[in-house]
Amino acid sequence: MTDTQPISLAERLVARFGDTLSLAAARNEITAELAAGDLLGVATALRDEPGFRFSELVDLCGIDYLGYGQTEWDTETVSGTGFSRGVEGQAVGRFDWAGRPRATDRPRRFAAVVHLLSIELNQRLRLRVFCDDDSLPVVPSLTGVWPGVNWFEREAFDLYGILFEGHPDLRRILTDYGFVGHPFRKDFPLIGNVEVRYDPEQKRVVYEPVSIEPRVLVPRVIRDDADLAQAQAEAADDWRSN
Amino acid sequence: MQEIRNYTMNFGPQHPAAHGVLRLVLEMDGETVVRADPHVGLLHRGTEKLAESKPFNQSIGYMDRLDYVSMMCNEHAYVKAIENLLGIEAPERAQYIRTMFDEITRILNHLMWIGSNALDLGAMAVILYAFREREELMDVYEAVSGARMHATYYRPGGVYRDLPDQMSKYRESPWHKGSDLKRINSWREGSMLDYLEAFTADFPSKVDEYEELLTNNRIWKQRTVGIGVVSPELAQQWGMTGAMLRGSGIAWDLRKKQPYAKYAEMDFDIPVGVNGDCYDRYLVRVEEMRQSNRIIQQCVKWLRANPGPVMLKNFKVAPPSRVEMKDDMEALIHHFKLFTEGYGVPAGETYAAVEAPKGEFGCYLVSDGANKPFRVHLRAPGFAHLSSMDTIVSGHMLADVVAMIGTYDLVFGEVDR
Repeated sequence: MTDTQPISLAERLVARFGDTLSLAAARNEITAELAAGDLLGVATALRDEPGFRFSELVDLCGIDYLGYGQTEWDTETVSGTGFSRGVEGQAVGRFDWAGRPRATDRPRRFAAVVHLLSIELNQRLRLRVFCDDDSLPVVPSLTGVWPGVNWFEREAFDLYGILFEGHPDLRRILTDYGFVGHPFRKDFPLIGNVEVRYDPEQKRVVYEPVSIEPRVLVPRVIRDDADLAQAQAEAADDWRSN
Repeated sequence: MQEIRNYTMNFGPQHPAAHGVLRLVLEMDGETVVRADPHVGLLHRGTEKLAESKPFNQSIGYMDRLDYVSMMCNEHAYVKAIENLLGIEAPERAQYIRTMFDEITRILNHLMWIGSNALDLGAMAVILYAFREREELMDVYEAVSGARMHATYYRPGGVYRDLPDQMSKYRESPWHKGSDLKRINSWREGSMLDYLEAFTADFPSKVDEYEELLTNNRIWKQRTVGIGVVSPELAQQWGMTGAMLRGSGIAWDLRKKQPYAKYAEMDFDIPVGVNGDCYDRYLVRVEEMRQSNRIIQQCVKWLRANPGPVMLKNFKVAPPSRVEMKDDMEALIHHFKLFTEGYGVPAGETYAAVEAPKGEFGCYLVSDGANKPFRVHLRAPGFAHLSSMDTIVSGHMLADVVAMIGTYDLVFGEVDR
């Protein structure tokens, strides 16, 4: 991707869609956030109009923003007893079903993220659509615009419970037949809820509650001092070898 | 006689032509397929969720296990995504090594594909020939990483270590003896680059051998010409990439169009099909092997002439050397922090794609600044390809379904993730 193209694409997006899209550009990648109601119209325009020509939908995936930016280990303030060694977070892998995180102050948890590719103009674009209702996340289906999105939407439905309105065949795709829940949600335990084994007495495979305990080896930490530039400068400065 | 109309047939998940664990529910009208409903997910391991619970570096090994016949290309996408967010770039030598191993991986993948696809369609010999050369390249994987398949060789900031100076030799055994043993070991006298030079000099003649078995083979052509035709429009609608797209006549290759690593410096061609049928895709992939061979040769030449670091000297991301660690307190601290906690990746999101042998393998990475990814989504080419199965296969005969599965080049490690 050349340097000039994403910028001019951003300008074209602003000129065409105005306030419908809220754009963010970083590292030569453009992200456009839009409301679920505008998605179909924008998608059709992006596919067909000259200057966009996004003939391929490369990827669609769900995201659950629950717990975004939360850490398990306080690194800023050191208490009298040192760093908080007793980790009591609720990040991925720390909880079972009974202890799953519930309350959230984040207004909108679920989003569908779409990656588009224009083969003709050699450009990419990322769209993000937040679902308005956390308890019933709904996004319009793009199957009418790019039929290839079919399975990606099924996957996002399966793993996150995002409903794609207008999808012709919204079944589970990756999880087991008869699976309960949406496993990639941040409040779904990493250890799962059930485990299977073959029962020689009943002569069939049986489902039982999980017997393993949640276990995470490395706490989730966000550090302000993780300053790569400084580390790079230190490394470049070969004072040790002098 | 009782008239039987449409009936439903179950194909797989345990079927030798299903390439792993594909279950296909086929609605048949006689021997003609009316509707195909692939059931995937039997190999779903939740890689993306597992990655959320571990520091960034600990998930590199999981990438090998996605598309387990093109291991290092998967690593490349993941590592590239992390590097994007960190804003770092691997040293030039590491970039050349990555380019070279991406192409070694492409040959490995295509050899597996040509062997198994021919086997599916009744040509039993090809897989024996293909695995002969696969074994030779597996040795390169082993020499550089210690593992024949699941290498975990790429790291954010470079590669794990430099290329080895020597190749391990075969000992005499009932399987390797006499002139055969001598020939194999004669390649292994020097460094890994010498070995690769010998391999790449020899490999085009091996590709000729495969072509001799298939390209003008009457049965092979009957089974593939005009079968599973994908028009350029259809290919784009269904998000196809890689050989599936190029077979339909669209010259799209990320190595040329959005070059990464050192592909911009490489001299190679992109083969393109005309009819978009299974036969054209076969020709495209065979030619890709020859082109990969060329790229490897160019990389070998450069790597021979240009020694240098293969890892960034940034202790926040890359571990210090053992010697340094024993000698220097700060290096010891860096080492400890890196292996107990990992490194924080600045908040943001990125999508990094590489031209994997099967198509565009992408990694969408969201970080909130922590030492673990907030969300990783892996865009597997096989997943998009397989979803078009129903559209392409309906109206074909049952035996053509097998040809189609073969030409998709499916590996369920990546489809199911």
